[in-house]
Amino acid sequence: MTIQEINARLVEKFGSQITGQNFDNPDPWIEVSVDAIADVARFLKSDPALAFDALNNLTATDWFDADAKKQAKLGDPRIEVVYHLYSYRNKHHAILKVKSPRWRDGVAGQLPQIPTVSSVWAVADWHEREAFDLVGIDFVGHPDLRRILCSEDWQGHPLRKDYEFPLEYHGIRAR
Amino acid sequence: MSLHLEDPRVIEFDVRTDEMLVNMGPQHPSTHGVLRLLLRTDGEVVSQVIPHLGYLHRCAEKIGENLSLPQWIPYTDRMDYLAGMNMNLGLSLAAEKLMGVEVPAKAQVLRVMIAELGRVASHLVGMGAYGLDLGTFSPFLYAFREREIILDLFEELCGARLTYSYIVPGGVTHDLPAKITIPPGLAQLTGEKPTLQLSWIDACLRFLNWLEKRIPEYHTLLTENQIFIKRTAGLGIMDRETAIDFGCTGPVLRGSGVDHDLRRDGEPIYTRMYQGYQFDIPVAPFAVAPPEAVLGDNWCRFYVRMMEVVQAIRLVRQAIEKYPTAEGTHRIPFKQATKLPRKEVYLETECPRGQMGFYLVGADANNPFRARAKSSSFCNLSVTEKLCEGCLIADIPAIVGSLDIVMGEIDR
Repeated sequence: MTIQEINARLVEKFGSQITGQNFDNPDPWIEVSVDAIADVARFLKSDPALAFDALNNLTATDWFDADAKKQAKLGDPRIEVVYHLYSYRNKHHAILKVKSPRWRDGVAGQLPQIPTVSSVWAVADWHEREAFDLVGIDFVGHPDLRRILCSEDWQGHPLRKDYEFPLEYHGIRAR
Repeated sequence: MSLHLEDPRVIEFDVRTDEMLVNMGPQHPSTHGVLRLLLRTDGEVVSQVIPHLGYLHRCAEKIGENLSLPQWIPYTDRMDYLAGMNMNLGLSLAAEKLMGVEVPAKAQVLRVMIAELGRVASHLVGMGAYGLDLGTFSPFLYAFREREIILDLFEELCGARLTYSYIVPGGVTHDLPAKITIPPGLAQLTGEKPTLQLSWIDACLRFLNWLEKRIPEYHTLLTENQIFIKRTAGLGIMDRETAIDFGCTGPVLRGSGVDHDLRRDGEPIYTRMYQGYQFDIPVAPFAVAPPEAVLGDNWCRFYVRMMEVVQAIRLVRQAIEKYPTAEGTHRIPFKQATKLPRKEVYLETECPRGQMGFYLVGADANNPFRARAKSSSFCNLSVTEKLCEGCLIADIPAIVGSLDIVMGEIDR
């Protein structure tokens, strides 16, 4: 199936929950609303025509720049979670995207909430832990959302664009 | 429950033991680097394995956001440090996909030749280290003897033995050297004079001729060895669905019977490199498997790697044949100060340990806005918890070793 056909099938099933598309990018993607992502994921895996049995990659980008001029070029400040899917059965690809505010309720420090897909693809368990650790996203419903690469008591989320590297860590000079 | 003496659980009835938490690693030699496995054990039986990673974490992705793409290449060497060439290739192709350029035929031939030679070197370590995990020391020494010659050849090529940065966006840094001194190891093994001067290609061919004859010896030492079979066959069984669900790739996936290799099934920018090459993709089950072996067990994963070495040698030979007539140069310009377009690309390549992916986001600047390295070993390791459920402590090195992980790539 081409990405256009996949998109048509998703729009037919989920209607306005499919919030946008970009078919001009070298890797075209489909945008899904935050609330629907878990249901869309489940459908993508279980529907025999789609059968996306593998999640190749899950990651997130922080679209933020402290410089207002540069931010204007990047669009609204937001977090984008991207899901690269593949179907071993039907040999086709799809990319999903979810856009979320950088902080929940606009309060800095409150991580944005996105439903987990770890119950759909087991590999999402670790990928979501990594995205939580490095980008700072609260995957709601994740069975074990702990830091995975940074140490448990690390402060902040390094891949946030406004992340400030700590001056010291347990008395060790870090910068 | 029938009381059979070979059943490890029988001991539990005789000797009362308490549940115990045991740290395996991070400095345990059989964890292939700094991996800590927290084992919940009752006697010898492990009820739960919790992997703790991150000991080598240096946030290569954050570093990547502050460098141009050619500058990030040396950092990819340090991800899977046993297959630096293949890591370089993954990022270079992703960068070229983002920019919409394709390298000349000559650069492509060189890339295939070097990436496949890198695969041989990497699988040799995988084979040797796995033997070491299971208590057989000799294959490790043989593997390193062979790998040493490949490293010598790579050193003649680019000056580095481990962190090559040889394959770069736009091609490769150097063409093949016309005259080199025969690698000392190769001279010794083939009985040549250590001062012999020959072309890089001749040295490589002599090495391949010599290596091909050694492969049956490795099979005698490991694959067909009864002790080895007892330790690997029928253990750590992973079915096809589990492998796909946990995002396992590479030999781990093919060991579970999924016929998928990106060199054939990947994206056009990658598969075009391998067009016109003849090679097979080894997939379990195997006709030569010992009767104890089960689809998706340790033995199958190991044997896939062994067979891939043979195929990689075949590919290197074909690339050597194509090299003299390949058109174009070995490198086209790819400026460090290239403004990356406002696009997003994701590309996976078939590295020795699985599908390594690079996700690059450009935002009209020289440095990528987001640079993500998706590690294959990371996903392969995530299945450990499931595979090790209910196994014996002594089998954990056998199972984790069969996944052939490299911590540099997992922790990034």
